[in-house]
Amino acid sequence: MSESLLNLVPKAEAVQTMKDFKSDQEVRWCPGCGDYAVLAAVQGFMPELGLAKENIVFVSGIGCSSRFPYYMNTYGMHSIHGRAPAIATGLATSRRDLSVWVVTGDGDALSIGGNHLIHALRRNVNLKILLFNNRIYGLTKGQYSPTSEVGKITKSTPMGSLDAPFNPVSLAIGAEATFVARTVDSDRKHLTEVLRRAAEHDGTALVEIYQNCNIFNDGAFEALKDKDQAKEAVIRLEHGQPIRFGAKNDKGVVRDPATGDLQVVTVTPDNEDRILVHDAHTPSPTTAFALSRLADPDTLHHTPIGVFRSVERPVYDTLMADQLDHAVEQHGKSDLTALLTGNDTWSVAG
Amino acid sequence: MSVDHEVRRLDRVIIRFAGDSGDGMQLTGDRFTSETASFGNDLSTLPNFPAEIRAPAGTLPGVSSFQLHFADHDILTPGDAPDVLVAMNPAALKANIADVPRGGEIIVNTDEFAKRAMAKVGYATSPLEDGSLDGYRVHPVPLTTLTIEALKEFGLSRKEAERSKNMFALGLLSWMYHRPTEGTEAFLRSKFAKKPQIAEANVAAFRAGWNFGETTEDFAVSYEVAPATRAFPAGTYRNISGNLALSYGLIAAATQAGLPLYLGSYPITPASDILHELSRHKNFGVRTFQAEDEIAGIGAALGAAFGGSLAVTTTSGPGVALKSETIGLAVSLELPLLVVDIQRGGPSTGLPTKTEQADLLQAMYGRNGEAPLPVVAPKTPADCFDAALEAARIALTYRTPVFLLSDGYLANGSEPWRIPETGSLPDLTTAFATGPNHTLADGTEVFWPYKRDPETLARPWAVPGTPGLEHRIGGIEKQDGTGNISYDPANHDLMVRTRQAKIDGITVPDLEVDDPDGADTLVLGWGSTYGPITAAVRRVRREGGHIAQAHLRHLNPFPKNLGEVLARYGKVVVPEMNLGQLATLVRAQYLVDARSHTQVNGMPFKAEQLAAALKEAIDE
Repeated sequence: MSESLLNLVPKAEAVQTMKDFKSDQEVRWCPGCGDYAVLAAVQGFMPELGLAKENIVFVSGIGCSSRFPYYMNTYGMHSIHGRAPAIATGLATSRRDLSVWVVTGDGDALSIGGNHLIHALRRNVNLKILLFNNRIYGLTKGQYSPTSEVGKITKSTPMGSLDAPFNPVSLAIGAEATFVARTVDSDRKHLTEVLRRAAEHDGTALVEIYQNCNIFNDGAFEALKDKDQAKEAVIRLEHGQPIRFGAKNDKGVVRDPATGDLQVVTVTPDNEDRILVHDAHTPSPTTAFALSRLADPDTLHHTPIGVFRSVERPVYDTLMADQLDHAVEQHGKSDLTALLTGNDTWSVAG
Repeated sequence: MSVDHEVRRLDRVIIRFAGDSGDGMQLTGDRFTSETASFGNDLSTLPNFPAEIRAPAGTLPGVSSFQLHFADHDILTPGDAPDVLVAMNPAALKANIADVPRGGEIIVNTDEFAKRAMAKVGYATSPLEDGSLDGYRVHPVPLTTLTIEALKEFGLSRKEAERSKNMFALGLLSWMYHRPTEGTEAFLRSKFAKKPQIAEANVAAFRAGWNFGETTEDFAVSYEVAPATRAFPAGTYRNISGNLALSYGLIAAATQAGLPLYLGSYPITPASDILHELSRHKNFGVRTFQAEDEIAGIGAALGAAFGGSLAVTTTSGPGVALKSETIGLAVSLELPLLVVDIQRGGPSTGLPTKTEQADLLQAMYGRNGEAPLPVVAPKTPADCFDAALEAARIALTYRTPVFLLSDGYLANGSEPWRIPETGSLPDLTTAFATGPNHTLADGTEVFWPYKRDPETLARPWAVPGTPGLEHRIGGIEKQDGTGNISYDPANHDLMVRTRQAKIDGITVPDLEVDDPDGADTLVLGWGSTYGPITAAVRRVRREGGHIAQAHLRHLNPFPKNLGEVLARYGKVVVPEMNLGQLATLVRAQYLVDARSHTQVNGMPFKAEQLAAALKEAIDE
């Protein structure tokens, strides 16, 4: 692999601290919102990257999470509903010296902006997309979202929602994503590690962050956060490690030889050598997709977190820049007079 | 055997090539146009084709045509009625005959006049034999047979050989009008460079057509139309279509601004050719991004504008509808952005390949909230170049999205263009913000993204990567100056009025009026109606009528002197290819009793009909 694209972004001249990334604007999320934890984690992580903060841009859509850029002391744009990946694509492809981050939510990214998300992923534009998933519409005060569980009772679905939800990780893998991870707002350490891996990735990185909306969908991820439940519910993926979990580390993921699908088993001396070793770098998305299907959409039992997939594929911005260079090699530097004149002219004497 | 031919001199000719959409009529027309341009005539073209790529063969809806008007003097339109119709099949004859005046010449491909083909378009008897064409000078030519015969040594299948019949027709017409042929032969050899046999077959068909004219007695007369030397100022010329001129204008604007050009676009007729053209010029640093949809096209452009590119999105009416929300965001962000709308027949999908001017009010008002933006319109195909530069000037100077309203007629039509000296192009240099622009009460130097230039009311363009100017912008209402989110009622009132004042205050040249006779009636147009209106005005004046003419390039803001100009005339006539959109604006803004003259048939005005309407208004 060629040099990391992060090297195209100028470095900070002095050591930075979290404070450098806090803007002077008052944060206006509801008290207790999971967004605070994500903001703190991102502001805390940024100094580690060591990039000149004027070369960092946060672009967001519409929704609670999309207020995020206002609180970052970087360049930022709070755009319109669902369109942040498209706007960020224009910025990233025209300015490779910038580190471009997209902040979006489950409604913004998967409902109104679904098209832009999947196309950014398939192109592999150099964007880091943070998808705050709280499984509800917060800013419009509590309608079900495209990740809400079937039958959810909300203001717009008094008899229960009818829609089957999206699994954002499955969707991203299906959309040819080169980097897909999931983390949880309350697990600062895990969240930071995932951010680190995403930042290092060349191309589009999609990070789904399970985020609690304590007003309209409180406790949506309780099964993954409650210490006792989490041990049985959360599967921590680590590249190169056997996929095992459980209070006694006695559960594991194996491949069913009959169907090729993945299943959770109790680990025994007999099956221990069949426990799947996580390989985030394998070119085929098959196993990553199968892992994304392990979770029960209702109870969230067997929810993998961590990096599902992280593979190398040519980056759109790089390819675009290469074509520009190639065009100069082929046709020479721009010559406006020659262009306007063309090959077929005639002269009129005065 | 050569025949002694009479050569007649003409001052102008209108030719229409018509055939099936698979017959290559557009290519034939393009080639004849190139020959004519290089000969030095003034010219104007009107391609007219169905939206379907290959409409059912031999049917009326499948007819594709190309009309070319060329002259030894300056002309303004592709002409009302063809002097010569080339009809490749019965459908082409039937669809076009009504436009040919009695006495006109008709060249028909007799091979295609079989019973079934005629029945398909409702000819019970052959129009070639039943006397219905008696008033015309008909040249029956077995074009298909002659082409196959001419190519028999090439070892092509009948079907392959037949495909060159358009080149046979082109050769014949090139002989009739003494067109130079080297260009077409070179073109064919380069177009089919990878299939030399096909290239030579086409050249052979082209020459066979020429020789057919030369040797057959049916064509006793050929014509000369002298170069239009006196119609043109001195200079170097080329033929150019509106979309090509517009593409070059965008590249020139970026060059003059010293900024990279970024196009975010989604394919749509009749705008796609701009995307195609710009994608060929990456050595100018041009980035073209074919987006997943119209919204992403403008989204990417807006993102690039934030990053400091000269950003453009190109589309047609339905695409503008989809882009409206992002245009509103651009109004709120106050970033430079060009929105190029190549208008076509609407509403909805409408008439994708036909022209219309019915997006003016969409461009003016088609957004939520008070979202004013400048609107610029080119008047001829070549003028698309200058209009693009002017739109870029306004966008960059005033930090605003700008609408550039072309249309299908300008986009595909072509005319001679005097190639400008690059040294004469406007300087569009733009300065990015580099440091603080405001001092707080305590003496701290800060950067305020919405602190305005007192002259232009433009806000600073501070691009990411500039240290110390980190700021956040968005679609929520901003506090004057700081740009921070503000829901304060008085601030919103101020910001709405300020955005409006910025657009209202844009400096645009005064409207020029052509009024040699001190007329009482003014005809006011905008956009692509310039050619037909000017031609109609000439007719009126030739017949002794008095009429003044003015044409708007700037639709928002209007030129400062427009109200005063309108007030000078007793009657104001506004011809438009819509139901009176400019007339509505003029009436609303100036309380002038403007009379609409409208046409929405997907075609440009005909000068003769327009002249009649103007005379009626004068005489009323």
